[in-house]
Amino acid sequence: MILFLMRRLLQAVAVMFVISVVGFAIQDGLGDPVRQMLGPTATDAESTGLRHSLGLDRPLWMQYLHFAGDAVELNFGDSYFFHEPALDVIARYLPATLELVAASAVITLLLSVPMGIFCAIRPRSWLARGLMGLSLLGISVPVFLSAMVLIQLFSIGIQVTLFPTGTGWGQWLNQLLSIQGGMPAYGRGNPVHVWGVWYTNFASWQGLLYLLLPALSLAFVMLPLFVRLIHAEMLEVLESDYVKYAKARGLRPSRIYFLHALKNTLLPVVTLGGVQIGTLVAYTLLTETVFQWPGAGLMFLDAIERADMPLIVAYLMVVGLMFVVTNTLVDLLYRVLNPRITLSGRSA
Amino acid sequence: MALLEVEHLDVRFPLRHGEIRAVRDVSFALDRGERLGIVGESGAGKSVLAFSLLRLLSRPGRIARGQVRFEGQELTQLSDRQLRRIRGNRVAMIFQDPLTTLNPVLTIGQQMIESLKAHRRISSRRARSVALHKLRQVQVSSPEQRLAQYPHQLSGGLCQRVVIAIALLLDPDIIIADEPTTALDVTIQAEIIALLKQLCEKHNVGLIVISHDLGVIGRLTQRLLVMYAGRIVEQGPTREIINDAQHPYTQGLINALPQMALPRQPLAQIPGNMPSLSQVPGGCAFHPRCRYRFTPQGQPRRDCSERVPEAVVSGDSQVACHWVRELIATLPIEKETT
Repeated sequence: MILFLMRRLLQAVAVMFVISVVGFAIQDGLGDPVRQMLGPTATDAESTGLRHSLGLDRPLWMQYLHFAGDAVELNFGDSYFFHEPALDVIARYLPATLELVAASAVITLLLSVPMGIFCAIRPRSWLARGLMGLSLLGISVPVFLSAMVLIQLFSIGIQVTLFPTGTGWGQWLNQLLSIQGGMPAYGRGNPVHVWGVWYTNFASWQGLLYLLLPALSLAFVMLPLFVRLIHAEMLEVLESDYVKYAKARGLRPSRIYFLHALKNTLLPVVTLGGVQIGTLVAYTLLTETVFQWPGAGLMFLDAIERADMPLIVAYLMVVGLMFVVTNTLVDLLYRVLNPRITLSGRSA
Repeated sequence: MALLEVEHLDVRFPLRHGEIRAVRDVSFALDRGERLGIVGESGAGKSVLAFSLLRLLSRPGRIARGQVRFEGQELTQLSDRQLRRIRGNRVAMIFQDPLTTLNPVLTIGQQMIESLKAHRRISSRRARSVALHKLRQVQVSSPEQRLAQYPHQLSGGLCQRVVIAIALLLDPDIIIADEPTTALDVTIQAEIIALLKQLCEKHNVGLIVISHDLGVIGRLTQRLLVMYAGRIVEQGPTREIINDAQHPYTQGLINALPQMALPRQPLAQIPGNMPSLSQVPGGCAFHPRCRYRFTPQGQPRRDCSERVPEAVVSGDSQVACHWVRELIATLPIEKETT
């Protein structure tokens, strides 16, 4: 167990190293931060001075070594734009993103497990066929499109005028088919301050309302994938000997489906889920842009536009760390679910 | 009235192109405490027959015709809920591979206790002590520890003992065992067979054993069914059939046993293969491989390829073979005196 964690730590360091090198290597392609900071009216002398004070006139490898030395002490340098430590900036923006990711992960989980199980148990029902068809569609729809559709439907609303408005029944039908809209689709609203340090959307109705559409659209990224995965796994498990044996022992169907089958189905789902948490963080770039959600994704896009190198690298490092941590947690959880796995430092 | 009566049972698997008839017109009966063997090559329909008794067929299999009566109760007509009260409770099953039979993510104890609780109103503590008692009966060492273990922590033989213990948990009337020793080492096989036999005798439990191994069946059972291409070709007392098989197929099976071979002689074989269940030849399904399909004069027997043979009944035994019928018809007196 301890060996396993130590191995994971080494892996994490290696991953972090690669990310930082990649982050550094691309910085020349992003534009000139000095130009961004000083504006087009700056003199050559000014920009040379700033370039020197930021250490940008040294060779790249020296810049990297300098950066790596600081990074070990969790110092990623000051953001060129915010003029404060990059980690502080990220710490300010990240909670909004994490709330978004958490909300959509919960939505995904709550919807995909029952849907997947239902589709496997009643594969011939119309609902199951419809869901499987929709999930195929859902996999193919990009997140910005689903976000737009959500905004149109629930924020702007749709006024149907298909039926004659002069008659009572026409108006009634029009009304019936119209959608009111009115859901917030811009920003976080006013997050509630909890325990003095934490702004959260979870603690008030209004906050949850603001969270709903962005979280839904982000959930649509993973939901179809999970429904299909759970469906496929469940179908396979239901054909297994131990499920047949459970039936032969006269157990109740609910126990067979939700204990015997589901517990075996969850193994690959957990694995995929862990990887996908990271992917969700990546997809927040799109969701946060469409909904103007003030999270780390939006901040990162701005940082790229401003060629704010310390912020970009720090963001990449933080996201990389999140990948490593979630994957480690998943491996630990996997051991709880699957008694056949024992974690050891040796590779299997 | 027999404990279990199966009459004219037909099991079919409808497929896109035609259907497979895995079990054809099978009838047999099992008395209380009787041990019955079903033998045949792979694909003869033995396992399908076993699973169809408790309606545990995999999709798209279904019982197309016939009756399965347990204590006079028609199992093919019961609702799922009623059937559930019989499964595992009155009629228990033992599967082929103990390592895939037990759920890998639940402990032995969880699986034993849930079996009990599915059929009895019983406290967890009480269920635990019943489970321990049954584990001791099947001679599992340190049963307390086993309850907390997962199936993968046990050997195949030990797992099969656990499965037998689970089968005995609710004191069933019948145990259906589908190839219970096939997945085990040869040394373990003998122990498991002895254990099954002893426990069934002691508790007066009826046993239906499916096997392709005449050795297993011979030691374990009192009566024997021989299946070929979905039909019963011969049934009777086990000892009689092994000593004096009537049907040419059974004779072939027994002659193919290593124990029957003469020293330094190659093992006898039945020429050809069993037909796939989707293309069973007309008439007697065995006739293309049968050495009696010609008369002594060298003429093909037309019956063999044209008519499905009906069972010839003599005493406790039945044989479905045109050749045997002819033999009996020509030598009536001799047959009676022997």
